[in-house]
Amino acid sequence: MKLNKNINQKNSIFKSWLVILIAILFIVLPFIINAYWVDVLFFFGIYALLGLSLNIVLGEVGLFDLGHMGFMAIGAYTTAILNTYFGIPIMILLPISAIAAGAFAWLVCAPIIHLRGDYLCIVTIGMGEIIRLTLNNNPFGITGGPNGVFGIDFPSLGSIFVVDNSTKFYYYIWLIVGLTIIGLVNLQRSRIGRAWNCIREDEIAAEATGIDVRYYKLLAFVLGAGLAGVAGNVYATKLMMVSPESFNFMESCLLFSIVLIGGMGSIPGVLIGSAAISLFPEFFRTFAQYRMLIFGAAMVAMMIFRPGGIWPRKRGAAEFKSLLMKAGEENG
Amino acid sequence: MKIILEQLLNGLTIGSFYALIALGYSMVYGVMKLINFAHGDLFALGSYLGYTLLVFGSTYVTVTFGIWGGMIAAMLIAAIGIGIAGTLIERIAYRPIYSVGRLPAVVSALGASIVIQNGIMVVWGPRPQAYPSQVVPSVMLNIGGIKITLLQVIILAISFVLMGLLYYIVQKTTFGAAIRACALDRDTAALMGINIETIIFFIFALGPALGGMAGVMVGMYYRKISFTMGWNYGLKAFTATILGGIGNIPGAMLGGLLLGVLEMLGSTYISTAYKDVFVFLVLILVLIFRPRGLLGEKVAEKV
Amino acid sequence: MAKNNNSIETMIRTKQENEEINKINKVVFQTDKLTKKFGGLIAVNNFDLKVSQGQISSLIGPNGAGKTTVFNVVTGIYKADGGKVVFKGEDLAGKKPHQIIKKGIARTFQNIRLFSNMTCLENVMAGQHCRSREGTWSSVLQTPGQRKEELEIKKNAEDRLKQVGLWKYQDELAKNIAYGNQRMLEIGRALASNPDLLILDEPSSGLNDKESEDLIIFLKSLLKEDLTILLIEHDMNVVMGISHWVTVMDEGKKIAEGLPEDVYNNPQVIEAYLGKDEEEEE
Repeated sequence: MKLNKNINQKNSIFKSWLVILIAILFIVLPFIINAYWVDVLFFFGIYALLGLSLNIVLGEVGLFDLGHMGFMAIGAYTTAILNTYFGIPIMILLPISAIAAGAFAWLVCAPIIHLRGDYLCIVTIGMGEIIRLTLNNNPFGITGGPNGVFGIDFPSLGSIFVVDNSTKFYYYIWLIVGLTIIGLVNLQRSRIGRAWNCIREDEIAAEATGIDVRYYKLLAFVLGAGLAGVAGNVYATKLMMVSPESFNFMESCLLFSIVLIGGMGSIPGVLIGSAAISLFPEFFRTFAQYRMLIFGAAMVAMMIFRPGGIWPRKRGAAEFKSLLMKAGEENG
Repeated sequence: MKIILEQLLNGLTIGSFYALIALGYSMVYGVMKLINFAHGDLFALGSYLGYTLLVFGSTYVTVTFGIWGGMIAAMLIAAIGIGIAGTLIERIAYRPIYSVGRLPAVVSALGASIVIQNGIMVVWGPRPQAYPSQVVPSVMLNIGGIKITLLQVIILAISFVLMGLLYYIVQKTTFGAAIRACALDRDTAALMGINIETIIFFIFALGPALGGMAGVMVGMYYRKISFTMGWNYGLKAFTATILGGIGNIPGAMLGGLLLGVLEMLGSTYISTAYKDVFVFLVLILVLIFRPRGLLGEKVAEKV
Repeated sequence: MAKNNNSIETMIRTKQENEEINKINKVVFQTDKLTKKFGGLIAVNNFDLKVSQGQISSLIGPNGAGKTTVFNVVTGIYKADGGKVVFKGEDLAGKKPHQIIKKGIARTFQNIRLFSNMTCLENVMAGQHCRSREGTWSSVLQTPGQRKEELEIKKNAEDRLKQVGLWKYQDELAKNIAYGNQRMLEIGRALASNPDLLILDEPSSGLNDKESEDLIIFLKSLLKEDLTILLIEHDMNVVMGISHWVTVMDEGKKIAEGLPEDVYNNPQVIEAYLGKDEEEEE
């Protein structure tokens, strides 16, 4: 028992060192690499945020959501329209985008949340397509049709904090991703996260164990959509424009793959998955037209050789460790 | 009235494409509980195979088989080629991961889809290709004042014959009964002496073969084909599958035809730009009130 | 037959003892003309069931009698087509499962339903969901209150795991432990919700004799916790060994109820289990 404890302790110390090391690496990276790669890493961050948001719905609760880009589109267009037409600052729109996407998710998902598996899957696809097509059709002349909306501001707070170049955007997105990870890890280790996992494992048993399945499924959709809305906000300000084609079905499929390649419900897994999806095409740029071919083949191969994902979530003692340590700090 | 009927026929034509593709989704889903996301791209590949034959082999084919031979040869080539492609995909991308659950198969299917789509792009180029204009003589028929092209008649005839044939095989033959048994309970079916391997081979050959033939017909009907068309048609056909009730053969046919008609009515009476929005809205409404599709049976959860 | 078995004989209370217990205790749970139809089939037909405070009541009957359906209706998984489910004076019909467990009725399933890919400890922790209340934001921010509650949940879960004898498996995934242990884990999960009424659907099925006997002892020990137990059971040794009250069901209807020995010798019950003589010849 004591020996076991020791190993656990060493393990968790090693893990926390690893986390710190990776954090330092992310802080110093922009000083080492050129602006192009800083941008690539920015988009890695966007994918990571989207992956984390989908992971709540797909990974934690096991709901097939293949229209997740629709929520991001709601966030991005909320930002774009309110900023360009009414001049509302981006930083104020950040929470508003999240709330808009979350509220939209609640409205759309409330009547369909009882659908199972593949039926829910096609409805989310349909929802994503409806959003994209509607944006494309320029309703009331506010979405700009296929061209989208132009001239979105940079995020800024007064004149001191202005995010206006690649490096700043890089820090901006990874700060958001970092905070999101902390929040999600906390959620995973709470009764909320447990309730989600129970639903994924066995819906009927979860309901009989006292979990309001409908509420927790909706909660997952609303939180996931809210985070996707945040990603939409950052994405829109980085590109300074939004257009419907950024939110097509293919992108939703890529997000789905991020969660599964990394490992369902695993936060490090999502980071690895989004790195794979966003960095892979960059490394294979020399193969030009063959690179997507290789990419697809890699997806197949990945699932054949590691069906559980690259970094599946480990359960058990290690997870409770940090909770106990924190409680110990409080008591001591 | 005439316009409505003509639109209805146009809708049925498109609907029969969707129905043929939807059958592939539904058969595979019925037995394997797997959404074959690569199916739409197999359909596109079928279209390109037919195109290649009609463009590069047209003189030879016409000389050998006569004027109608080109179309039949193209459809046969597409059916055989895509049937083989379908079984190959099953062997490579799905078979190794059946045992580990359904989600990895979804990603594998998406990967296979990307491979086929980009494979088409590499071989035939990224620009859209045009089908030859004179595969079937362009004759306009006038039946009681309703105008319909000869091509439409042929497409409808072929589609309905194929669907009828499939319906007969699945519902009336012993082999069809074996397929249905597998769809209900694969393990028990195996214990009853049904060779699952044969069934899997059959559904992964026949479903895509139907899709491949639909690909050739779409090529002849619209004349323009592109390597990304698989996604579009695949998505619509999948919608049709769910609309009818997934895993249900008559449901897939009904769903496909209905979707085509809805799309046509939507573009005539609502707006062309919003026709797809209309289609998806109908789908969502149907699922809210009938969570297992139009012909899907309500299954009580065993507790 | 059971009368010849020594161990069983000692377990059965005398008739007088049982009658006395029944007199003292009040009915805490009952169904009133409960009806459930599946299409044309009437699975449960005007069914009345009584469960007294602090007792172990059994619901028995041949296969397909509708016992599990009664449980599913009572716990809200199926919706009743008619009748009442009264618990502590309150009608629970039409309530959802998660609301019913909050009222104090916890259950297990015939074909064990655990959260397979979660650890044993997590399974039991999940059982306390309805007795805890920290929300999303306090969990995201991990407020002191949330941490405190989480530790309490964990401590209670550890106690329950020890109670069902699975402490050493706390970090094992539920799917990786032995069948008998899985049954106990499911009971542990139900107990974690601090129920007043525990409903067990064939708890001894699939257990060997030793495990069954342990189960009987365990269930009896639960009575000390002020718990009432209702169970479906096939194993007559278990039924006769621990029940204070037995209700017999056949084809959706109640055909007999009473003290275990009375029911055991009831000709109607024997007929339901073994069939009539003429039927046997066919």
